[in-house]
Amino acid sequence: MEALFSLVVGVLTASGIYLLLRGRTFPVIIGLALLGYAVNLFLFSTGGLNTHAAAVIGESITPSDPLPQALVLTAIVIGFAMTAFVVILAIRARSELGSDHVDGQSGEAGDAK
Amino acid sequence: MSQHLVTLPILIPMIGALALLLFNQASDTRRRQLSTALCVAQVLVAAWLLAVAVAGGGQMLFYALGNWHAPFGIVLMLDRLSALMLILTAVLALGSVLFACAGEDARGTNFHGLFQLQLMGLNGAFLTGDMFNLFVFFEITLLASYALMMHGGGKERIGAGLHYVILNLAGSALFIVALGVLYGATGTLNMADMARRVAQMSGDQAALVTAGALLLIVVFSLKAALLPLYFWLPRTYAAAPAPVAALFAIMTKLGLYAILRVQSLIFADTPVAEAIATWLWWSGLATIALAGVGVLAARDLRTLVAYLVLVSVGTLMAGTALGSIDAIGALLYYLPHTTLICGALYLIAELISQQRGKAGTRLVRGRRLHQRHLLGGMFLVAAVAVAGLPPLAGALGKALLMQAAEGSARLWLWPLLLLAGLCALIAMSRAGSVFFWASYKGEVDSGRVTRPQLAGVLWLLASAPLLVAFAGPVSGYTQATAEQLAEPQAVIARLLGESPALQFGRLTIEGESR
Repeated sequence: MEALFSLVVGVLTASGIYLLLRGRTFPVIIGLALLGYAVNLFLFSTGGLNTHAAAVIGESITPSDPLPQALVLTAIVIGFAMTAFVVILAIRARSELGSDHVDGQSGEAGDAK
Repeated sequence: MSQHLVTLPILIPMIGALALLLFNQASDTRRRQLSTALCVAQVLVAAWLLAVAVAGGGQMLFYALGNWHAPFGIVLMLDRLSALMLILTAVLALGSVLFACAGEDARGTNFHGLFQLQLMGLNGAFLTGDMFNLFVFFEITLLASYALMMHGGGKERIGAGLHYVILNLAGSALFIVALGVLYGATGTLNMADMARRVAQMSGDQAALVTAGALLLIVVFSLKAALLPLYFWLPRTYAAAPAPVAALFAIMTKLGLYAILRVQSLIFADTPVAEAIATWLWWSGLATIALAGVGVLAARDLRTLVAYLVLVSVGTLMAGTALGSIDAIGALLYYLPHTTLICGALYLIAELISQQRGKAGTRLVRGRRLHQRHLLGGMFLVAAVAVAGLPPLAGALGKALLMQAAEGSARLWLWPLLLLAGLCALIAMSRAGSVFFWASYKGEVDSGRVTRPQLAGVLWLLASAPLLVAFAGPVSGYTQATAEQLAEPQAVIARLLGESPALQFGRLTIEGESR
């Protein structure tokens, strides 16, 4: 399970960073979202990966750590709000700058990057 | 009862922000009065907390939120460093809000509400003793700053804002990764508890801790705008509205505070701390050098001030890297001065651009200023202060810092610091002569400095002479702060005592295994 889990986190991070470095705002936002997923999964795994382990003492022999679950919840909420914000910001930037390029370039110059 | 008062720096702006956001239909005057009153209240509370931190030879105050005791619950921690940062934030905020009340706040919606939210985040970050809580307060600060930075809109602001937001979101992702690594290795998020466990680490776990620590420093350096990560700052700060840019002067110091806290508490006396110090030293010096060049190359007063902020960031980081008690004491003396003066410079830049019509703050010949004696006087004081010339506090701070450098560190720090000061001097005198002397004859713009604007600028500028007049007590305080920071064991002992260790998941709970 550890190998599969790390593979998923790794692939998500790599895709996220690749998209983050693109020139248009839409891929950048998707990149941020993917990076957010990767980070949340990673954070979830920091308490150790257990199966059949409730986060309640007394329910199972080795209870799993409840803290990362709480942290992930916080991170998800913040990430969700931020994605919504950055989408609106990108739309605003599109109308103000007249281009969806992160540097506000248009046409050929924008495509080249 | 009185022990609950330590939550006030967070509660006042939070409740105030909610009220301001809720009643955003109220008249401008009402909202300005409320916002100013909130800032005054924060100055008073911060002053009171400062007195608490000084009382009894520097006692520390811990507050367990919801009475969940450390290391299980979140604690607020008030020591001399937190108290210093709180009063600095409050003073800077009051100056900015006064200035904004002149009309800048009416150019968009909810200026004051967002402003108070940002103050809540800043105050919370300075008070918290928990790593994840620090992240949350960082996020609150950033969220408010995103909206404030683009307050009023416009092409330049939205363009710069997009970069600022995306960069900081990526930074936040990195922050969580760093926290995850540290939590995975140590099994705790409380700073003092983490320090205790880091000290006992060895082998694989120690390597994980090192990786986590360096990641954390990358994130904080991004917020503090250290060399490879500072390229966002000049454009963002130059585009932000003046009162917001003035408040942002403390945002870079938030990164510095986090580094100082982590370095002195969690990783004190470990190999990790040395690795961090080496990185900070060289990137700090390089930041000073490049920012010095940037100061000379800037063609706009706002960009110029942004590079001056960077010079101060580099100086402070180099001081942090030196790490001795003298160096930390010196940089903490330099910190309030540089923050308040850079804030004041942004406000002055706005006043100058108001009276220069289209030329704005660009360094080109422009219209004659209406109130050139008043503005010129304020500009002169700020320029002398920011360049670090005697008799103002900048000179003292730099002298203390240079004195604290020893051996080969001197060879690097002295020339760079002095040259950066010279660059600032040249650039500021050039800017001043363009604005105040190289002007067209003829009609002047009618825009005048209003009373709240003047009050805001003078409030911030007053720090330069006051910090000299009270140099003795202030440097005594910062010295004591540095001494307090050098003894993390005291914090750990006071906060944790002999608390039990609880481990989930990979290990069984101690009580059961016995």
